[in-house]
Amino acid sequence: MSTPSIVRPGADAGGRPEMDVDGLGQRLHWAVADSWTIVRRGLTHYVRQPSNIAWQLGFPIVSVLLFGYVFGSAMSVPGGGDYREFLMPGMFGMTMAMGFMNTAYVVVYDTARGVTDRFRSMPMAPSAVVTGRGGSDLIGAAMDLLVLAMTALVVGWRSDGGLPATLAAFALFLLLRFALIWVGIWLGMLVPNEEAAGSLFAVAFPFAMISSVFVAPAQMPDWLAAIALWNPVSSTVTAARDLFGNPVALGDTWVEQNALLMAIVWPIVITAVFLPLAVRRFQRLSR
Amino acid sequence: MTLTEPAIVAEGLRKQYKEKRALDGFDLTVPPGMVYGLLGPNGAGKTTAVRILATLVKLDGGRAEVAGFDVAAKPRQVRRRIGFTGQFAAVDEVLTGRQNLRMFGRLFHLGAKDAVRRADELLEQFDLIDAANKGVKEYSGGMRRRLDLAASMILAPQVLFLDEPTTGLDPRSRNEVWESIRSLVSQGTTVLLTTQYLDEADQLAERIAVIDRGRVIADDSPAGLKNRIGGDRIEVVAYQTADLPAVAKAVSRAASAEPEIDDEGRKVHAEVRDRVAALTEVARSLQDQGLAIEDIGLRRPTLDEVFLTLTGHHAEEEEGVVA
Ligand SMILES: Nc1ncnc2c1ncn2[C@@H]1O[C@H](COP(=O)(O)OP(=O)(O)OP(=O)(O)O)[C@@H](O)[C@H]1O
Ligand SMILES: [Mg+2]
Repeated sequence: MSTPSIVRPGADAGGRPEMDVDGLGQRLHWAVADSWTIVRRGLTHYVRQPSNIAWQLGFPIVSVLLFGYVFGSAMSVPGGGDYREFLMPGMFGMTMAMGFMNTAYVVVYDTARGVTDRFRSMPMAPSAVVTGRGGSDLIGAAMDLLVLAMTALVVGWRSDGGLPATLAAFALFLLLRFALIWVGIWLGMLVPNEEAAGSLFAVAFPFAMISSVFVAPAQMPDWLAAIALWNPVSSTVTAARDLFGNPVALGDTWVEQNALLMAIVWPIVITAVFLPLAVRRFQRLSR
Repeated sequence: MTLTEPAIVAEGLRKQYKEKRALDGFDLTVPPGMVYGLLGPNGAGKTTAVRILATLVKLDGGRAEVAGFDVAAKPRQVRRRIGFTGQFAAVDEVLTGRQNLRMFGRLFHLGAKDAVRRADELLEQFDLIDAANKGVKEYSGGMRRRLDLAASMILAPQVLFLDEPTTGLDPRSRNEVWESIRSLVSQGTTVLLTTQYLDEADQLAERIAVIDRGRVIADDSPAGLKNRIGGDRIEVVAYQTADLPAVAKAVSRAASAEPEIDDEGRKVHAEVRDRVAALTEVARSLQDQGLAIEDIGLRRPTLDEVFLTLTGHHAEEEEGVVA
């Protein structure tokens, strides 16, 4: 048995007087440092279970092959253009849209298993639990996009938009994913346990599908088209297609004509609504 | 704060969940350096009390101080001085044991080197060195619990809260956890531990508070408590229900209280003072009468019997209580 080498705070408070002083600068420092620790935890998860990434990417990759090759020849893009070129930005958008399930799942897991409570009982910055989660999810999303983009290149997709526009398009995808982090955290705290977390698929699936991901809204029945047009995923995907110089299949509705604007406005609106909701849920844990 | 100041003071804690009063005037004073047991049935308010004291839940009324700091006014100061282990082992299953302890060390604001060193110390102390680089998924329940305890010991806290630390563990793992808790206390940590097992409180705690419906109804040393609730029970299981009156008569000669007869279980049980003498006497007297029995033995009073004695009502099991 080894003797602990750690200074016991409080028992010798004189030895470490700074321990109990919480200046703004110090709080900010720890908010960042603790977030980084949580981000590293998320990254270690990726390293320790690479199969998870494979699963996560499996769905869009299978969709690429299925829609691109099996149905691809039967699908036409309104206004012309190659369907596979049209499909790829849709796949990127779909992966981002479904990504909030990963966020939610980790939150459900941590809350149900008491990990969140352990964090809350510790002297760490409480905000780091949330910001750290967001940080590692964004890094994960960037890796997803990288793998997807490479798959897309293999099946013949190209961006003709030039480097700045291409990067801007990817930034739009990450912006959407960023906004959905708060939705994921909020939903994750609403769901009671891990079994129930699977039911989030019932939300994620239509959210990703009823959009311009696979087909242009103009090809859908009117009522569905209305939903698809105003789906934030559609705006991001449409704006990205435009930036990539891929076939866009642009209708003449206002929301399609202003896809780039909406691809920025939607994430801001989502964040403005769900960030406070998520924070409030988090604070309610102490009720 | 001096060493004689209480580690935990709770005065009139109240906590209301909708219609349910989880805590209703909960008072507790825990002197430093001891294991204090909170004993109570499902839904008594044990978890609520511990969570309030560990700054996880806001209180609706009353006042609590932990390690000299008010939990409501100075939660951050309290958090620097406590360890908390909830009802389920709260560790990251994907990470290894070592990675878990390093992560928690960093979150306790140890420097990188200190976190590494402290993780190794704790792995050794809790006998997890061999499993240090395995994912926690592969750990047994007892190993998880020990890792969980190790994580709450990173800063060598003044006060450690343990909510049912051995529930769901097999006897061997339970012993391992008990050993760990004892060694923590020997290093000067005050432990507040909740349990549903009288046995566990008896084994570990220097003092026991029994809680019922959100308040402390008895607060005593294990010996004092046992005096109040009576000693061990002798229990005889007969082969035939018809034998029960004769068995009861044999038991009553050695018992310190009137035997109770349980027709359905074909059982007679009664409180005894001198355990071994009583057992021998009852066995002999049954043999003399030629009464065949299925089983005879000594056992501790159950929590339900404790409650019956202390409160006059049975420990109420609430339906659908998920703590
Ligand atoms: N978050 C909550 N919302 C509503 N009711 C709650 C909540 N937490 C606890 N309760 C109720 O408060 C009462 C006390 O619960 P608590 O979990 O403190 O009991 P306990 O003694 O820890 O029980 P157990 O032995 O089952 O763990 C119970 O009736 C419980 O249903
Ligand atoms: Mg409980």
